[in-house]
Amino acid sequence: MPTSSMAAVTAVDLVKTYPRGRGKPRVRALDGLTVEAAPGSVLALLGPNGAGKSTTVRVLTTLSRPDSGTAYVSGIDVLAHPDAVRRTIGAVWQKASSDPMATGRENLELAARIQGASTAAARARARELLTRFDLTADADRLARTYSGGMARKLDVAIGLVHHPRVLFLDEPTTGLDPQARAQLWREIGRLTGDGVTILLTTHYLDEADRLADRVAIVDRGRIVVEGPPEQLKSELHGDTVQVELSSPEAATSATQALATAGLREAAVEGSRVRARADRPATAVPAVLAALEAAGLTVTAVSVARPSLDDVYLRHVGRAMEVSA
Amino acid sequence: MTAVVATLVPVAAERPRWRFVRHSAYLTVRSLRTLWRVPAFAIATLVQPVIWLLLFGQLFKSVVDIPGFAAGSTSYLEFITPGVIIMTALFSSGWAGTVYIDDMKRGVMDRFLASPVSRGAMMVGTLAYQAITTVVQTAVVFLIAVVAGARFSPAGVGVTFLAAVLISVIIASLSNALALLLRQQEALIGISQFVVLPLQFVSSALMDLALAAAWLRGVARVNPVDWAVVASREALQAGTDWAAVLIRLGLLGALALGMAYVATRAFGSYQRSL
Repeated sequence: MPTSSMAAVTAVDLVKTYPRGRGKPRVRALDGLTVEAAPGSVLALLGPNGAGKSTTVRVLTTLSRPDSGTAYVSGIDVLAHPDAVRRTIGAVWQKASSDPMATGRENLELAARIQGASTAAARARARELLTRFDLTADADRLARTYSGGMARKLDVAIGLVHHPRVLFLDEPTTGLDPQARAQLWREIGRLTGDGVTILLTTHYLDEADRLADRVAIVDRGRIVVEGPPEQLKSELHGDTVQVELSSPEAATSATQALATAGLREAAVEGSRVRARADRPATAVPAVLAALEAAGLTVTAVSVARPSLDDVYLRHVGRAMEVSA
Repeated sequence: MTAVVATLVPVAAERPRWRFVRHSAYLTVRSLRTLWRVPAFAIATLVQPVIWLLLFGQLFKSVVDIPGFAAGSTSYLEFITPGVIIMTALFSSGWAGTVYIDDMKRGVMDRFLASPVSRGAMMVGTLAYQAITTVVQTAVVFLIAVVAGARFSPAGVGVTFLAAVLISVIIASLSNALALLLRQQEALIGISQFVVLPLQFVSSALMDLALAAAWLRGVARVNPVDWAVVASREALQAGTDWAAVLIRLGLLGALALGMAYVATRAFGSYQRSL
């Protein structure tokens, strides 16, 4: 693999199983996962809870060892030289990871010193990050008094304290209000400007679409499809027609009518049907006519450019369930 | 790929021993700062030994009158002081692992383990905190005992401080290892109480074992809590048998090092469960 040594993150054929209890087969959290991120790019692992995203991050950040497979971060073998990897990466976990009984400033200074900074350098870096993340006013309050958005910003700041070359963000915006989410998105955009490679996991399709250079859809411990969001969407050929009906039963019987109207890949989701149309402009009247002929009442019809949602549906075979 | 690895590994290399010492200092400061910021907890650690001393001192007041009890000591207060000191160290240290459980519940533990922090220092940070707590508690018990009329030799006081710190390192290491293996507050407290209480009662902390059943005396001989109590009491009283004191301190020291090492290895076990 000549490209692997150039990549900032490379995972090849990762397998990780967990015991499920006596007598039961082990859970395969990762089932031959292979993925790669180019230096300075943003790679989003997209998938629902339990797909294997967090396990991938735990393996790549040296926290957890895979049963088999290989992984390189910044060209360093994760399994052979975990301590060298730990100096080049920053990580932000799903859970808040600041010390609640220390102030924001103390958290940053301790993290910097653990990474080898001198007292003066650690102080300066903490000040710099507090300013950058707009936390200066609250720098000397205990982290446990921080709001969710502030705590998250502190987590990211801690992850950046040693100028990492690769930053892992495990569901960075889960549980944040829209304003804090937008602020974090802006910050992530700024980081890639500085040349940091970012691997982020998310179950928000819009987040992957907005931030990532490449999206890898994870399902049952494997990557099912991978590529730039625009390419993944254009591969779907045609726009999405979404028809809202009065009941799930009506939606099921509507799929036949949509096929008659020349639409492809109809999929039912509750009382909604989605299908793909090559010529959306003429498709809508045809769809309405076909549904009326079938005696079905339409509540709403919409046409949209394909979204990552459709990409997900197409490759995983079911709509993404967001549980958070 | 191997060539790339070889050129990148030496980045920011640091002598492991210095890293261990520096990180131990940072993490000890972190735990002491936390103690300082929870005044209720700090006060509880001070009040606890006082209650033990007064309660047990009153409860067992007249055991000194039993024929054959602790030949040579006339006051139960003097007899019980080293017992209460070791017991306080034992009980406080049994809770040591709860710090790790809190760090696991929050993402602090995972963040540290994915950083180049020395694992040995993560252990030392919590052990030093326990040891310092024990030193303060020991000082409080001695102070109260002296005010109440007990008298001790300075060498004996020194030995007692050392023995109490060693017991606290041994038990805190055990508690930390259990925390890393069980990863659950309730399980940790349950098992730790199950270990701590028998260790306490199969020792001469509160009672002269010369008056106890013979099998109990046998078990006490391999009980580190009894080593600590006997070493302290022997050093505190007149006519000290220094060989007996030093052997026990040596055993405690070796066990403390061994337990701290084993507990540090438990980080590996915790990471394998992730």
